[in-house]
Amino acid sequence: MISLRRSKVMKLLLTSNYAAAYGAKLARVEIVAAYPITPQTQVVEKLAEFIEGEELKATMIRVESEHSAMAACIGAAAAGARPFTATSSQGLLYMYEMIWWAAGARLPIVMGVVTRAIAPPWSIWSDHADILSIRDSGWIIIFSESAQEVLDNIIQAYRIAEHKEVLLPVAVGWDAFTSSHTAEPVSLPEQELVDSFLPPRTPEPFVLDVNEPISHGNLTYPDEYMEFRFLINEGLERARKVIREVGKEYGKLTGREYGLIEEYKCGDADVILVTLGSMAGDVKDAVDILRKEGYHAGLVKLRCLRPFPREALLNALREARAVGIVERSFSMGRGGIIATEINSLLRESGVNDVVTVSYIAGLGGREIGVNDFINIFKSLFKKMERGSGFEVVWYGLRG
Amino acid sequence: MRVITPIAKPKEGSAGLTGKWRIFKPVINYSKCNNCGLCWLYCPEAAITLDGKNVPKIVYEYCKGCGICANECPVRAIDLIKEE
Amino acid sequence: MGMKGILRVVPKEEYLLPGNPSCPGCPASLGLRYLLKALGGKAILVIPASCTSIIVGPYPFSSLRVPVLNIAFAAAASTAAGISEALKVKGKEGIQVVVWAGDGGTADIGLQALSGAAERNSDILYVCYDNEAYMNTGIQRSSLTPYGAWTTTTPKGKVEEKKNLPMIVAEHKVPYVATASVGYPIDLILKVRKAIKYRGFKYIHLHAPCPYGWRFPANKTVEVAKLAVKTGIWVLYEIENGKFRLTSLSSSLIDPSKRLPVNKYLKLQGRFKHLSEEDISRIQERVNTMWDELMRLVKES
Repeated sequence: MISLRRSKVMKLLLTSNYAAAYGAKLARVEIVAAYPITPQTQVVEKLAEFIEGEELKATMIRVESEHSAMAACIGAAAAGARPFTATSSQGLLYMYEMIWWAAGARLPIVMGVVTRAIAPPWSIWSDHADILSIRDSGWIIIFSESAQEVLDNIIQAYRIAEHKEVLLPVAVGWDAFTSSHTAEPVSLPEQELVDSFLPPRTPEPFVLDVNEPISHGNLTYPDEYMEFRFLINEGLERARKVIREVGKEYGKLTGREYGLIEEYKCGDADVILVTLGSMAGDVKDAVDILRKEGYHAGLVKLRCLRPFPREALLNALREARAVGIVERSFSMGRGGIIATEINSLLRESGVNDVVTVSYIAGLGGREIGVNDFINIFKSLFKKMERGSGFEVVWYGLRG
Repeated sequence: MRVITPIAKPKEGSAGLTGKWRIFKPVINYSKCNNCGLCWLYCPEAAITLDGKNVPKIVYEYCKGCGICANECPVRAIDLIKEE
Repeated sequence: MGMKGILRVVPKEEYLLPGNPSCPGCPASLGLRYLLKALGGKAILVIPASCTSIIVGPYPFSSLRVPVLNIAFAAAASTAAGISEALKVKGKEGIQVVVWAGDGGTADIGLQALSGAAERNSDILYVCYDNEAYMNTGIQRSSLTPYGAWTTTTPKGKVEEKKNLPMIVAEHKVPYVATASVGYPIDLILKVRKAIKYRGFKYIHLHAPCPYGWRFPANKTVEVAKLAVKTGIWVLYEIENGKFRLTSLSSSLIDPSKRLPVNKYLKLQGRFKHLSEEDISRIQERVNTMWDELMRLVKES
């Protein structure tokens, strides 16, 4: 590992997986419970090293399944500790029941999701079907483009999750292999800096305590259940503001500010591509190339998938004549998951003079790069002449 | 702190006055009772209490009338009487 | 034993509150009452889907005077492990984290998490109250339903044997495993107290005859529980650091002539009323064979 120590910032060459482990360490997580799955494995291996090397004062629960990993995090969070877990693909699906439990119980758990395709057939490569499967559960979902973002997002995730106006779990996603196993230089904030940003969790009055015999999750009748679901949604709606505030504060401390979305050259753009994760870097390159050719192209990178960044997206997209949403996920029988959401956002907001195209691309790790994005942009510049409409395109299908 | 999560607090009669469920009412015949404590021990409802002298008393608000106390009483000091 | 003898072991303090939603004669209520008395309130309970999910009370009321975390069916042991480790990280000592789960939540859907926690020697007490079927959903067979028993999913009687779960847990080499019965509360309470002295995974398998599911009158819960032990169908024992020991009445039943015929137990229960003479002989045979094996364990220890 290369370490470039400059003033107060330590730079390390880290994969996103290792950056996640460093992020959890800097967040001073107290319980780590996880089950290995490719490509997440190194996250927990690194954390085990930190714990056994006494660099991190935490306990690792080496559970026998992802269902138990999330259950252990739920127990730990309910007892007032700061838990961390990470998983991928089948593992996320296997813990699905407990995903909903964590949100329903309003527990500030942070989970890394190394996004990977779902079987069958077996595929260990990049795809967003896994993380989007938890879209409606009440989790906050934040996506990362780079190892730096993974580290920063995990630290911020605890501030967001534990915020008294939020109290919901946070999933931080990053792409299998393209991010998880690719090393990049990462600035590591000093521990004292992170400590000042993220103090120890102050447990809510309802954490488990033998002196306060309260019972969590008892049966509710139809007269009560609905209100608690409403309150979860309220927490998510409030999280939007909290995520922005936390992102700004983090920016002041580190120079890296975060919002709900990131806009790149959208101001005068006729065509905007919306994407997330590691694809965003190549889209930026495509935008730069096209701009030199005179095309008014722009990019919106989604950082926050839940809560859905309604106003931010609307502001960024409302002047565009065509919006393409490139995603590694699909709702069978409907269309791109994020695309259909963005399309309905535009229409319900009265933005009708725009063409939206859902590009399904890169499933199961299918290569997609700068030239593909240039092709997509160019095709959108043609499609924008239609004036309006919605279309689903499976990009690069073979045979 | 506002309620955001369903927290339940201890309360007698969480299901209401369960004594209303009763079909047969156990009645202790104190002239026969030898204070052995078994009715108190075996009551699934904790609806039999012991007073300062360890004499059992049935809490009729909650006693569901299962009849275990009468069945286990070694001196047959508990009668089951049909509720009206 | 008498009142004085009982009160020497069983505290008067109640942690299960009356007026809870349990059925009349409920063995889970009985067991919980004894368990919490033994723990003296210094416990956090983890309760997976089961009848007890109802018995703990409808929101906003709790029937228990200890903190409770309700949890999904398959998640009890790992949730408890998470709580236990969190308490340690937070420097909170002397609190026992206890799973209270039914036979389905333990031997079937919860077995993986149970085995994981046992193998890791997580510092929890796991109590399985075994009413030998899925009672909360309406009497469906579990892997702990005994041979021959009627359930709604075995209308002609179960054709498979009951899984020997306490011995499976014991094979994880945990510090303490015991069986118990709601008919023998003193034995149960002493075992809970002994178990919580150990750091690590403790397991108590509590036989819990259910009037509703086994088809006997509600006043017979304790009587049926006692007959299970007196006939030798259910055996009270403990395995402390690998050392096997029969306890309570079971320790005097090695001589087969001391054991009542199994039919005394079976005939009280509607779930066995269809059994033929052959079935009953078969069950008696199994019990005799089981006791021969127990004899070997007694001799080895």
